Amino acid sequence: MSTAFAPLEIPTEPAAAATPFVGAPRKATTHTSQNEGLIFEKSSPGKKAYRLSELDVPAVDAAALLGDAVRENLGVMPEMSEIEIVRHFTRLSTWNYAIDLGMFPLGSCTMKYNGRVNEAVSRLEGIAEAHPYQPESLSQGALGIMKLLQDCLLEITGMDTITLQPAAGAHGEFTGILMVRAYHESKGNARKTVLVPDSAHGTNPATAAVVGYQVKNLKSNAEGAIDLDELRAAVDEDTAALMLTNPSTIGVFESQVHEIAEILHAKGALLYMDGANMNALVGKTRPGDFGADVMHLNLHKTFSTPHGGGGPGSGPVACKALLEPFLPRPTVITKTDGTLGFDHDRPQSVGRVRMFYGNFGMFVRALAYTLANGPDGLRQTTEDAVLNANYIRAKLEGYFDLPYKTRSMHEVVFSDKLQAKNGVKTGDMGKRLIDYGFHAYTVSFPMIVSGAMMIEPTESESREELDYLIDALQQISREAAENPELVKTAPHSTRIRRLDETAAARKPVLRWKAPVAAEPMQVDTAAKEW
Amino acid sequence: MRYLPKSPADRVDMLKEIGAESIDDLFSTVPQQFRLTRDLAIPRQHGEQEVVEAFKSFAAQNATGYSSFLGAGAYRHYRPVLIDVLSQRGEFLTSYTPYQPEIAQGTLQALFEFQTMICELTGMDIANASMYDGSTGAAEAVMMAVRVTGRNAAVVARTVHPEYREVLATYAQHQGIPTAEVSYTTEGRVDLAALDAAITGDTACVLIQSPNFFGTIEDVAAIAEVVHAKGSLLIVSIAEAVSLGIVKPPVEADIVSLEAQSFGVAVGYGGPYCGVIAAKEKFLRQMPGRLVGEAKDTEGRRGFVLTLSTREQHIRREKATSNICTNQSLVALMVTIFLTVYGKGLRELAEQNLAKAHFLASELGVSGAVLFPGAPRFNEFVLRTPTASADLNEALLEKKIIGGLSLARWYPELGEGASLWCATELTTRAEMDAAGKAVAQVAVESNELALV
Repeated sequence: MSTAFAPLEIPTEPAAAATPFVGAPRKATTHTSQNEGLIFEKSSPGKKAYRLSELDVPAVDAAALLGDAVRENLGVMPEMSEIEIVRHFTRLSTWNYAIDLGMFPLGSCTMKYNGRVNEAVSRLEGIAEAHPYQPESLSQGALGIMKLLQDCLLEITGMDTITLQPAAGAHGEFTGILMVRAYHESKGNARKTVLVPDSAHGTNPATAAVVGYQVKNLKSNAEGAIDLDELRAAVDEDTAALMLTNPSTIGVFESQVHEIAEILHAKGALLYMDGANMNALVGKTRPGDFGADVMHLNLHKTFSTPHGGGGPGSGPVACKALLEPFLPRPTVITKTDGTLGFDHDRPQSVGRVRMFYGNFGMFVRALAYTLANGPDGLRQTTEDAVLNANYIRAKLEGYFDLPYKTRSMHEVVFSDKLQAKNGVKTGDMGKRLIDYGFHAYTVSFPMIVSGAMMIEPTESESREELDYLIDALQQISREAAENPELVKTAPHSTRIRRLDETAAARKPVLRWKAPVAAEPMQVDTAAKEW
Repeated sequence: MRYLPKSPADRVDMLKEIGAESIDDLFSTVPQQFRLTRDLAIPRQHGEQEVVEAFKSFAAQNATGYSSFLGAGAYRHYRPVLIDVLSQRGEFLTSYTPYQPEIAQGTLQALFEFQTMICELTGMDIANASMYDGSTGAAEAVMMAVRVTGRNAAVVARTVHPEYREVLATYAQHQGIPTAEVSYTTEGRVDLAALDAAITGDTACVLIQSPNFFGTIEDVAAIAEVVHAKGSLLIVSIAEAVSLGIVKPPVEADIVSLEAQSFGVAVGYGGPYCGVIAAKEKFLRQMPGRLVGEAKDTEGRRGFVLTLSTREQHIRREKATSNICTNQSLVALMVTIFLTVYGKGLRELAEQNLAKAHFLASELGVSGAVLFPGAPRFNEFVLRTPTASADLNEALLEKKIIGGLSLARWYPELGEGASLWCATELTTRAEMDAAGKAVAQVAVESNELALV
């Protein structure tokens, strides 16, 4: 049974009640978390958490073998026992919020459930212990995983060819734009500019710059979409590509995407698609069909590989046949004898973007996810993600300003316009959401929405969890109206409160240092209290 | 689908609440002609047991039951059980980038500990919270040096991992960073005279690796002297991190680019690994990637935050120090756990590696020449056999041995017989004895063949 909460009344004016409104989180309660110092503070000389196997060859004299190169001192490396290490990291873990604890309504980040079978299969001996230089004849399983994943991703994107080498989404962008550049160079002119909509992820302009392109910003239209006239005016013979996120960062499908592609193609420019939001499209429509020439995928978003507190990612790049010669070296090929292998002999390749073959462990997990879903599961996944976002939108419209009214796909972007009147900003409400047992939504992005509150539930949330979120945000909107201080000083229930990030950046302390031996105490004769 | 927490009734109800007739109403913004109306042609939905079976069958097509002497940037070391037990906790595995520090202190403190231990081990003042890997890290370090010095060119030692050099070439080509390569001496170390000649007034940095690709430990101090005399920065790349347990840290370097895979990360067919850039404090503002710093909360308690993010792409966009967004947080956590388990015992671990490789070199040295004598090495060395290494390895496979990496592809000047061998604490004496015998046997057979 899912629990739906009666919607709260939408407050218009701050109530003049004697006790200001304090919401009642329905999901979160105070959680016991233990204090825990840094490992260096817990270390004491002589403790050990390891014992090496007995050395079965003669011991050597390191100083004799290494001469001047021998190391004398390891510094402040910790000395602890095994139980202390288990407790240390277990205690630290309890200070983290995680998908396994509840929803991350983080727009653009796609924090979906990470199936545990993915972890299990990535640890099978033949997979985890495969060496990247072991002979191809003894790597047919690893190559088979890469080949099958490639085939699945090509079918899902509607593209012709693919590389799995890039280590993350931004690295995929880098690879894709390098290929665009190599393509134009092969036609005799690398061109000068890359168009980037003002709604784009920060990685897009940073990528274009790293590949040696000038960035030309493209202003969005009143619906937050690409303005075709603006685009026509901006595209010329110097334009290498447009980097388009579709659905856009406001969670809206660019319905004119095919015309966008035509405008670009008419001038010889290419359409790069940032696939960060591909989870809104899988099984429902394909970028290759609607005009994209090259795109990256984020396996840690759409294909459920774990975020792990910030990485590893994996950013395969799929493209049309015209870009095939420029794929990074090496590519996976089927050899004449039917076995799989790597093709290093690719004269027009942009080169290598990473050593070995990419974040292989993420390929394993992404493929396990794809197999667990199949075509029906993937389509249902996309539909549920879009259903969830639209449900949240329907339930929160009116409580928060909705700057763009176009139909939402997998995420919805509100703004803090109504609450900002009381001095409550998007960041404050994000922090307050923590008190209600959630991670914050995405704050202040995309930049085209002032005070953006970007919410992406993903398909992994039950109606019950969605209702908890909706209830929390409704209560917060009321708190913002009636008790703004409460929201502005949130979170109140966490282990630590808001951190002074400005001071941290002004005098950065980026590592632990052993405390300096105490100075001999100077007796202050003036201080009578002593 | 078992991952989806909706009943059919939920879906119907929710559509009703939204005011949509059908799910396809929600996709109305996708033009009709681009809607996919068929099933994707991918394998059908698999049950969990079927998924496991599918991967078991893939795994069975990879090498298992072989003794392997491969290193070359991917090192087999024992992974203490605690690494997976702790890093697989959902609170670490399924957490997000710690942008909300109040509910991410676990990740943040672990990364702060990571940064501290990397500083201690590399002899640098600061370290970031990890990069994609050692190859891209080295390329990012070169770009960092270009920003720091305002100079444009780079010099790279040929003893740097060939794939790292390939990656650097890819990064450098469109940034107007010409790169020159410097060769090595008969000791398998950077040729100082050639290095001196290669550095120009435009050289931002010199990139070396130590232990280098041949396993030889470079004379970092001597190289630093040459490099600094010309006003360039020295970047030292370290691919075999366990070496730091016994080899003097490259304190003379300006930037260290480390691949920390050896610290508890499975070789896993090449990734994910854990790059990290460490540097002298004065280069902080040009450091790419995420950094964790200490901070105080409103009540004066210690906590940790991502800091100095004004360097990064989500703030600076096209003016960022790099386009890098993610780090390798989970892998950095594995590294942190590994380093906590071994702690000061890293030295003992490194000593075992030294002893094993020394033993292997003496066993194989019977049937070939161990190249580059005279310079110290860690756990790898180059063996030159009379038989072409490709043929030797082919023969060894029949004995369930994966021999050293053939170097002909990258260093043809070393001859067809050159291969790179590695021994770690996981390599047993029995495996080394068997390999020694097998290599000797191949040598005898090819000799006999030559006589016939």
